Amino acid sequence: MEILYSAMALFLLLTLVAGLWRVLRGPTAADRMLAAQLFGTTAVACVLLLAQAIDSPPLRDVALVLALLAAVTAVAFVRRAWLPVDQNHVAD
Amino acid sequence: MSLTEILTFILLTAGALFFLAGTVGLLRFPDVYTRLHALTKADNVGLGLVVAGLALQAESWAAAGKLLLIWVLVLLAGASVAHLVAVAARQRGIKAWKQ
Repeated sequence: MEILYSAMALFLLLTLVAGLWRVLRGPTAADRMLAAQLFGTTAVACVLLLAQAIDSPPLRDVALVLALLAAVTAVAFVRRAWLPVDQNHVAD
Repeated sequence: MSLTEILTFILLTAGALFFLAGTVGLLRFPDVYTRLHALTKADNVGLGLVVAGLALQAESWAAAGKLLLIWVLVLLAGASVAHLVAVAARQRGIKAWKQ
């Protein structure tokens, strides 16, 4: 079973690498942020799988922190960095 | 393999497929709103299936509860974030994709 967990974690990492293309491409900042958001969830699943694979329960707390940080990042992005155009003249 | 191991295998595979579908959607869909749709499916269902598969193998009820808690947190965060990003994109005047 450990092989299965590790293989799944590796597969999730590969989908994460594919998602990087959207970060490069954009076109808007929100698209890049959505990709980062997906990375957050994928990382949570990945860490949970690794916690099971190497039998190390503390890694689940790492997953919990990652889930929290991903949410905080996205809220900070929407409320501070990506305001409507008339309030913020920085280009995308 | 016991029955729970087979169930875990099925649930994990289904979860991984949802993550793959979410990534493909993020890469292929045409605008922010449709990409949000793809993203939230991967977040909610993909992680949910992975968590369900791992909870079957958890060593105690407390560990399974923590896994469930992580999933509920991601559900809440995903729903709020999708709403916030969609509202911000609309206020910024990004048009929804039409064929």
